[in-house]
Amino acid sequence: MIDLKNIHKIFNKGKANQVNAINGVDLLINEKEFLVIVGSNGSGKTTLLNLVAGSELPGKGNIHIDGHNVTKLRDYNRSQWIARVFQNPLSGTAPDLSILDNFRLAAIRTKSKGLSIGVDEKFKKQVKEKIETLGMGLENKTEQPMGTLSGGQRQALTLLMSVMDSCKVLLLDEPTAALDPRSAEVVMLTADKLVKDFKLTAILITHNLKDAYNYGNRIIQMGEGKIIKDLDQQKKSALKQNDLFDWFG
Amino acid sequence: MDFYLTALIQGLCFSAIALGIYISMKIFNIPDITTDGSYTLGGVVTAQFLTHHQPVYLVVPTVIAAGALAGALTGLIHTKLKINALLAGILVMTALYSVNLTLLGRSNIPLINTTSIFTLINIATDPNHNTFWILLVFVIIVTLLIGYLLKTDFGIAMRATGNSESMIRSLGVNTDRMKITGLALANALTALSGFLITQFQSFADINMGIGIVIVGLGSVIIAETLINWFKITSVWLSLVLVLSGAIIFQFVLAITLSIGVDANLLKLVTAVFVLLIVSLPRLSFKSSS
Repeated sequence: MIDLKNIHKIFNKGKANQVNAINGVDLLINEKEFLVIVGSNGSGKTTLLNLVAGSELPGKGNIHIDGHNVTKLRDYNRSQWIARVFQNPLSGTAPDLSILDNFRLAAIRTKSKGLSIGVDEKFKKQVKEKIETLGMGLENKTEQPMGTLSGGQRQALTLLMSVMDSCKVLLLDEPTAALDPRSAEVVMLTADKLVKDFKLTAILITHNLKDAYNYGNRIIQMGEGKIIKDLDQQKKSALKQNDLFDWFG
Repeated sequence: MDFYLTALIQGLCFSAIALGIYISMKIFNIPDITTDGSYTLGGVVTAQFLTHHQPVYLVVPTVIAAGALAGALTGLIHTKLKINALLAGILVMTALYSVNLTLLGRSNIPLINTTSIFTLINIATDPNHNTFWILLVFVIIVTLLIGYLLKTDFGIAMRATGNSESMIRSLGVNTDRMKITGLALANALTALSGFLITQFQSFADINMGIGIVIVGLGSVIIAETLINWFKITSVWLSLVLVLSGAIIFQFVLAITLSIGVDANLLKLVTAVFVLLIVSLPRLSFKSSS
């Protein structure tokens, strides 16, 4: 589904503060794979995710998504395949827009944003039913601005928004880093359920080794812009939580 | 009475500029001061067309196109060349001064014995009343169009662009193109104010746009204060408040003049008044906490 070939990415090339963020990564992610990426700060995890999303373009190498060469496509052109949840709950939603308007934009992620009014009674009902599945009691607040909600609520809604339109790849960039433990659990369980229900290919970046252990069916560890460990489903299930801690020992 | 009617008419003329500034400043979060240039451009184009006896229905789309072009230029400089929006606006505004002067041919063109939008139809016998009613209909139509636009899918994407750029890009919107469109729309509206004022005062002047951005800014800030005050989220109500802001602003200026303040000090009064509205919410907040 996602094929990265010999990817290099250098920031501030030729300057004193040059950073070799990604140093030759080859990675093939199959359909319905739920890949977890761990690694210390500065290991290149987020850059790798940005390269897949298209918010960064690689200096060298090729990227294919669903058989299409997307190497030179920007993030807004890759949205036909990719939905994204950001580390900062503020980044994934528009705070001054109502929940309904946020969902409307998500519902036409892969389509053009035309000059017709899309928020009608039918759409409102559809959004309410979707939000009800979260069980957070938000279904009657759809007219409220997104900014009035807590970080956890916003992340959960962002997840839900990602499957409003056809979606093949879900990118999760430390979605729970800014949340309290309880909200974090709800968000991770929601993510896991959506990945399974909608048969998504997903990439999760996390610093939480418990989440890395509990979720996903493949795990890689990154360091200095390279993949240093790659465990498939079989090896991952054989892994013990303490082994993971040892990786960072 | 006529004095206040004039203030009301001016307020309505400036409501287009207020809507334009509302779009660039509040919706896109871009401080755009192409305004001074695009407002004059609207006036200049109007004066040239009308003195050459072109029909009003031709003038309106030309003025809109001219303003949009100016705004799109600022947008292009800001997004494609990654130049600070304020600087991009100043550059285009400065360049427009020469363009306007060339178009105008001299520093001032009076509109004598020409038709105007205000003489198209006679609803009332008093010319000022006639102007008021035609203006009211014009402004209502513009507001309805903008309000509708903001409610559409495109409009929601516009509002999200200024609010959460990372989100709207991940939802498939080219934010550069969106900002260029937004600035084009904002300056098209600004040019429409130039179009209205030129016909109302019956002349276009190369200096008519100097400091005009403050009129739009002041109107929007009055509206914003009210929006925050009443915690308004509705798009329609916000637009109505922006219109009211433009009218209130002109009334304050009219009252200032009527109590005998020297007309030379009007810009100073304007600046102080805008400063007051901006600082008022903060001052009152301080005392209550």
